[in-house]
Amino acid sequence: MNKVLSNKFMIALYVLPALILVAILIFIPLGLTGYYGLMEWSGIGAMKFIGLENYKEVIKDPKFWNSVLHSFLLALFSTLSLGVYLLISLILASKIKGSSLLRKIYLIPMLLSSVAIAQLWMKVYHPTNGMLNRFLSILDIDNPPAWLADPSIVLYAIFIPILWQYAGFYILIYYAALKNIPEELIEAANIDGATPWQIAMKIKIPLISGIIKVTVVLAIVGSLKYFDLIYVMTGGGPNGASEVMASYMYKEAFGSYHFGYGSAIGFFLLIITLVTTFFIRKLTASKDDVQY
Amino acid sequence: MMKKLPNILLYTILIAIAVFQIYPLVWLFMFSLKNNQEIFAKSPFSLPEDPQWENYVKVWTNGNIGTYFFNSVWITALSILLTVLLASMVTFAITRMKWKLSKLVLGLFMVGLMIPVHSSLIPLFSMFLKADLIDNPLSIVITYTAYNLPITIMILLGFYYSLPRELEEAALLDGCSVNRLFFKIILPMTTPVMSTTVIINMIFNWNEFVFVNTFISSDKYKTLTVGIQNFIGQYMTDWGAIGATLMISIIPILIAFIFFSDRIIEGITAGAVKG
Repeated sequence: MNKVLSNKFMIALYVLPALILVAILIFIPLGLTGYYGLMEWSGIGAMKFIGLENYKEVIKDPKFWNSVLHSFLLALFSTLSLGVYLLISLILASKIKGSSLLRKIYLIPMLLSSVAIAQLWMKVYHPTNGMLNRFLSILDIDNPPAWLADPSIVLYAIFIPILWQYAGFYILIYYAALKNIPEELIEAANIDGATPWQIAMKIKIPLISGIIKVTVVLAIVGSLKYFDLIYVMTGGGPNGASEVMASYMYKEAFGSYHFGYGSAIGFFLLIITLVTTFFIRKLTASKDDVQY
Repeated sequence: MMKKLPNILLYTILIAIAVFQIYPLVWLFMFSLKNNQEIFAKSPFSLPEDPQWENYVKVWTNGNIGTYFFNSVWITALSILLTVLLASMVTFAITRMKWKLSKLVLGLFMVGLMIPVHSSLIPLFSMFLKADLIDNPLSIVITYTAYNLPITIMILLGFYYSLPRELEEAALLDGCSVNRLFFKIILPMTTPVMSTTVIINMIFNWNEFVFVNTFISSDKYKTLTVGIQNFIGQYMTDWGAIGATLMISIIPILIAFIFFSDRIIEGITAGAVKG
């Protein structure tokens, strides 16, 4: 019987199609990014080897560092908003009527395509006819900003729909984790006279700390590689004010045909993402050790 | 009284957030049924006076929306089929068959979960260019399949581990082959978790933007996300048409959500929490 299940040919038949696909379309391209970064290449025609020139240039490129800063700002805002989502989930999970319907409503934006969300919010932010400025004019607020055209506001204006898109996702995850906490623990604390706030801080949050760590990693990594809404809504503009790493890479490669330079940015994006993930894992793991 | 007041406050907060999450879509639906005159002159919060359903007819007949829609449907469906089948085979081999490298291979698939797509985009583009797969929907189907395999395997994994071993032992004692065991016994048993992965894949593929935007240039192969992005450009100032186009692109997902919301929620939590 064991022979049937350890038949090498059958194992290869079941595993190799998927493995080959993933190797060719994910792992080989990832490796090649670093290599293409050594080239000068317009996308068509021959590549020219130029050594580390692209990488040196990226390091000296203020536009690149500007995009890195914006990506990390998004990561910071996404992480901070997790606290709000956690609070909402704590409320939702505390025997609220209609919590199932509310969770579903919260989740709807996440199901929509980024293009639809981007186009919708471009209309919300439209300077004269948008929902937001029409609402502000009802409140008698004069000269409301042109949200997506104002370099000092645009980045934060785009953060709102990004958070809008993912809020339901995190609330859902926290809610599921909170519902997994055994009822008896909460009841015991209730009998001991603990307040809801104490129960949340001392029992519920520590018990779901594993999930919280996962969401912190998801939020930060997701932010660092974020692209869609920014590309559609502003293309990184005006004048780089909303540029993030992925949009800068895309613009250099597929907009300006600097494929070598774009690859070098893509390689930095990969390294920055991996290193950040590694450090968050380290950081949250050490906190864990102190706690228990 | 002391207890009621905070409750009202809590509900107000929860409902305010629900309104924030849903109202932009309600507003979209309303302006998709208005003409420009009404949109620009009347209150943006009013109901459409005379619903302009012809906005929908206009965008469906005046452009390639029908083609984009059809492309989205078949590319999404074919990719789902390939992804779920290949992922099920891998998960079966990893959890039920005996071989030394199974942990390593699983690890390789899981690494695929972490990488930023943009870091592989240029080499992928150049590979497809060399293979003459640029502007060919096949490039989209295989890319979707490869990039969704890791998350699909991750969702399947827990279910496969929980299947009882006795079942396959009995089948194998009866002289059942591996293929028969997988296709006739195991695969049908995983229907619930397969439907979860189908729905998750459907949402990913239906909404995907970057790959199609990068690899496809002909209108006849574009999917809805990229198609409407270009299409809306022509309707710069016709808000009703833009609204109708957006509504057409999101309605299938909303319908799927109404019918399968529990499965969707299950898939999303399974996908995230086990990571």
